[in-house]
Amino acid sequence: MNAFHIIVCGGLVPDPLQTLEPVTATTGPTLRNEMLLPAILDPWASHALYEAGHLARNAPGSKVWLVSLGPKAKLQQVMMTVAQKVPFELVALDGPASGFTEAADVAAALAESIQTIPGLDKSKLLLFGGWESASRGAGVTMQMVGERLDITDQFQGVDQLIVNADGSLEILERIEGGKHQVSKCAGPPALLGWATGNLPEPKNNPQTGMTNMRALMPALQKARLTKLAGEGLLFMGVTLPKELRATRIVKDKSPAEIAEEIAQWIKK
Amino acid sequence: METILLLAHVEADGSLAKSAREALRAARALNKTIAASNLFVALVGQSVQAAADSIAACPATKYFGAVGAELGHSRYATDAAAAQALCKAAQATIIVAPATSRWNRVLPGVAQRLGGRVDSHLTGIGAAAGKPTVSRWYYRQRMEATLTRMQRPWFMLIDPGSQTACDCGAGAAAVELVPVNLAEASRRTTVIGIRQPKADAQTIRPDAHLLFVAGAGWTKKQADGQTHVPEAEKLILDFLKVTRASLGSSKSLVDLGGEGQAVLPFLSHLNQIGQTGATPRHPKGLSTCCHGEEPHTVGWRFIGQRRAISLDPNCGWARGKADVLYVADAFAVISKANELLAANPSEI
Repeated sequence: MNAFHIIVCGGLVPDPLQTLEPVTATTGPTLRNEMLLPAILDPWASHALYEAGHLARNAPGSKVWLVSLGPKAKLQQVMMTVAQKVPFELVALDGPASGFTEAADVAAALAESIQTIPGLDKSKLLLFGGWESASRGAGVTMQMVGERLDITDQFQGVDQLIVNADGSLEILERIEGGKHQVSKCAGPPALLGWATGNLPEPKNNPQTGMTNMRALMPALQKARLTKLAGEGLLFMGVTLPKELRATRIVKDKSPAEIAEEIAQWIKK
Repeated sequence: METILLLAHVEADGSLAKSAREALRAARALNKTIAASNLFVALVGQSVQAAADSIAACPATKYFGAVGAELGHSRYATDAAAAQALCKAAQATIIVAPATSRWNRVLPGVAQRLGGRVDSHLTGIGAAAGKPTVSRWYYRQRMEATLTRMQRPWFMLIDPGSQTACDCGAGAAAVELVPVNLAEASRRTTVIGIRQPKADAQTIRPDAHLLFVAGAGWTKKQADGQTHVPEAEKLILDFLKVTRASLGSSKSLVDLGGEGQAVLPFLSHLNQIGQTGATPRHPKGLSTCCHGEEPHTVGWRFIGQRRAISLDPNCGWARGKADVLYVADAFAVISKANELLAANPSEI
């Protein structure tokens, strides 16, 4: 199998178990106590990273970079865990990880940093990322990064990548109705926005973690300060859903009675 | 002056999907709200005349089309070239499009090419002080924002199911065909086909009236101290068969399958709803054996009537989130429900 240069773009998101509350800051909406919330690598970006690690392991000579934009302190915290999963080199950008930032600005920052990676061979380039994020959840950033890098073979909602013997790529993308579109791409460069894929989360490997951390700390120290202007974007309001349903709790009915009630409800 | 362009792709049979009609309704509403705005329609596909004719009675004043065999497939490079050409031909400042997998993939890239901006998964379009506004959810449906933008062109991708479809009548539309330059490089990708489960094995049904959510409790030890996974599998599949419901699942249950455990083999990540899954839209939802807090319940943010079956009366999934919580054994309830529903299938 040919070697690949795999770049994974992945941001930080609050741990999904945290309670989130929007507040308005001078720069626009943000989350209350955002800097104090525990963070994780975005779930779909994590899948992309696991797929990248899996592919690199099976294609000798391949290399994986993780390009991540977030507050430096949080990046360091998250990398302590992520570094134990897959061998990679970090390209860190020190900036906001908020879902309310402008996707086009994020794309510009990511693309610019990718273009400065030493030794990157575009003929081997596979640009990975999540097909959405758990913050903005728009699924638009990767396409804009791809356009900035002149990559016009793009796939979103990817669940499977097979590298054929001739070097071509067979890709399964999620489409409507629980189906997949199957496409064949001649080869790199290509962009894949991953859905969940099929790989389980790799177990923590302390040895991988130690190897990664040797390069991670210098990368974090070199993290370029990145400001996102968000020009022309105006949030008029961000609100939590107020609807709280008055749940009727049914405790005293038999399964048969409940089944009858449910059947009637379904038939209505 | 704003020029609002409804940008849609036609289906393989030459028709317009419901999601396109929903986007057209949203585009028309915006057109009515913004004074002196234009409303145009642009269609992409192998042929577009039939689709254009099917909505010819809508108030759009111009129709554009990008046609050709290469545009019959959903492929980034060719779709991007076509959408770019159409937006330029129409001189569109606001592009309203259905958030289908095809357009979600390509239109953000087209926005980049045209120096514009894009907002996806929109659930509402409106106007304030004569300026267009959009609503969408952030942090996986946990908070809703309303925003506006100065930049143009502004691409607005409308989530299917979030709007009422327009009922514009048919007629004869004069479609201006726009040439699309497809470079050789745009053919590096070939669409091979569509892969889907057999009809009787397909458990994801976006148009279903009911979403049935299976939680991890189905695979846990029951009152007799044993697991009953084969029985759970049969009960769930029988329920889906008789109700034609769509099947959703919690992440924990799907992950068990992904880790190679022999649990509910018909479940995949495609069924997963919630924080890291889908947020489908159905009129009714019935969750069973689910537990958890907000990250899980966002999975049914867009479900109308909600009922839950759980042994835990304090279940965070249900309290305040469901209309009715049945504190009961889902195995027993679904078994009985299957009997009742199967006895009168025509009533469903």
